[in-house]
This record gives sequence, C-alpha cells and structure tokens, in this order.
Amino acid sequence: MTIPDLLFYLFAFLTLLFGALVVANPFSRNPVTSAMFLVLTICAMAGLFVLLNAFFLAAVQILVYAGAVMVLFLFVIMLLDLKEEQRRKINLFGVVTGTGAVLGLGFLLTRTIWGGDLNQAANPRVIGDTKALGLELFTKGQFLLPFEIVSVLLLVAMVGVILLSKKELK
Amino acid sequence: MTVGLEHYLTVSAMLFCLGLLGVILRRNVLVIYMSLELMLNAANLALVAFSRFNENLTGQMMVFFIITVAAAEVAVGLALIVALYRKRQSAHVEDLASLKL
Repeated sequence: MTIPDLLFYLFAFLTLLFGALVVANPFSRNPVTSAMFLVLTICAMAGLFVLLNAFFLAAVQILVYAGAVMVLFLFVIMLLDLKEEQRRKINLFGVVTGTGAVLGLGFLLTRTIWGGDLNQAANPRVIGDTKALGLELFTKGQFLLPFEIVSVLLLVAMVGVILLSKKELK
Repeated sequence: MTVGLEHYLTVSAMLFCLGLLGVILRRNVLVIYMSLELMLNAANLALVAFSRFNENLTGQMMVFFIITVAAAEVAVGLALIVALYRKRQSAHVEDLASLKL
C-alpha cells in the first residue's frame, strides 16, 4: 500500500467521522459544535481534493467554505442566541422510517458503485491546478457565459439578502 | 488494492447519506442547513473524483460553479432563517409548520 492510499483512508475516515459528528453529536446538542465539526469535515475533504490532484479546488474549498460560509453560519448562530436545544418527544415512527429510507438509499448507491463497470483511466495524469482550470474556464469558450451569469447571480443574492434582512418590508 | 474511483464514490455516497440522515432526524433549522451543505459537498467530491479518473477537467469546473452558487445560496438561506426567527422566536422546525395541512 502506497503513501497516497494510506492518506486516502486517513482523510476518508476523518471526513466521515466529522460528518457523523455534525449530524449526531453524543456530547453536545449545541449548533456551534455542529458548525465547528462541519469546518473540520470540509478541511478533511480538502485533503481528499489534494489527493485527487485538484489543488485549486482544495484551496477554494478551504477559503470559501471553511472561511466565508462557516463564518456566516457562526454569525447567524450568535445573532439568534440559541439556547441549548431541550429534548422534545421524538417521533419514533419518523426516526425508524427515515433511517430505513437512508439505509436503503446507501445500499442502492454502494451496490451501483461496486456492481457496475466504471469507466476509469488506469493511470490518470490530469492535474487541476490554477493554470489548467483558468485555461479551461477562459479559453475554451463554453464556460464564459455561465461565468458571467454566476456574477449576476451573486449580485442578485446580495440584493435579495439586503431586502430580506430589512426590519419592515413594504 | 489500490484506491480507485469506487473508493472515492463510496466515501461520497456515505457522506451524502449522513447529510440526508441529518436533514431527516435533526429538528434545528440551522443544523438541517448544515446537513444540506454536507450533501452538497458529497456531490462535489463525486464530481472531482469523476473528473480525475476520466482525465477531463469539466467536472472540476462544475465544482467551481457549484461552490460559487452554494455561497450565494447559503447567504440567502441564512437571511430567510433570520427573518423566520424574528417572526416566530424559534429555530425549531416543529414551530415552523404553518404550511402544514
């Protein structure tokens, strides 16, 4: 087993462990704990991206997700001043059927992944660094229109958020 | 056994299932939203894995756009949650059931 394979198992384990702690933490029901574990999940996933030679996306993942998006989450948690969530009566029927449905979906997905013949290169050499992605984005022409549309989308989102967070909507 | 596309896809599928479990089981709106982010990230991981093992950068471009749109979506979603909290003083989904029949 080579070093990248070992690193894959390490990062995959960390990603799934922290992901599980986001969803169900046995020690704390505080949303802040979930947010912190989500940051750790995202960082471990950036490690997986590096193993997949997607260096630019690994950096963007840490900057945008672990940086900007999670800071937004923490700001909102502080703003709402949530108290420790008190336990309410759990709907046993909902829990059982929900877990059953998710387990079924997981079974289907893994069976599809391991049962079919995946078309994959034996010795992949593609490297997603900044230069390669920039060339793909700006010289091929097929991504220029989506790129401009995304910039408009960000503007629309910004205006929408300002409108939503006004005190009195008229 | 060398690590191939299947291994990455399995991790992605498991992460997606974890996120779905969080959306179904948790009752705090913010935690549900974080689980949604987890599912989005699982899809990103699958796309990057496909991109690598098919020697095609289009998958990574897709992830680039998904991250941008996700940032906008998080901003709008959190603004909605804050507006809801102002109206109802609660971030619990069972208190936000006015659309329920």
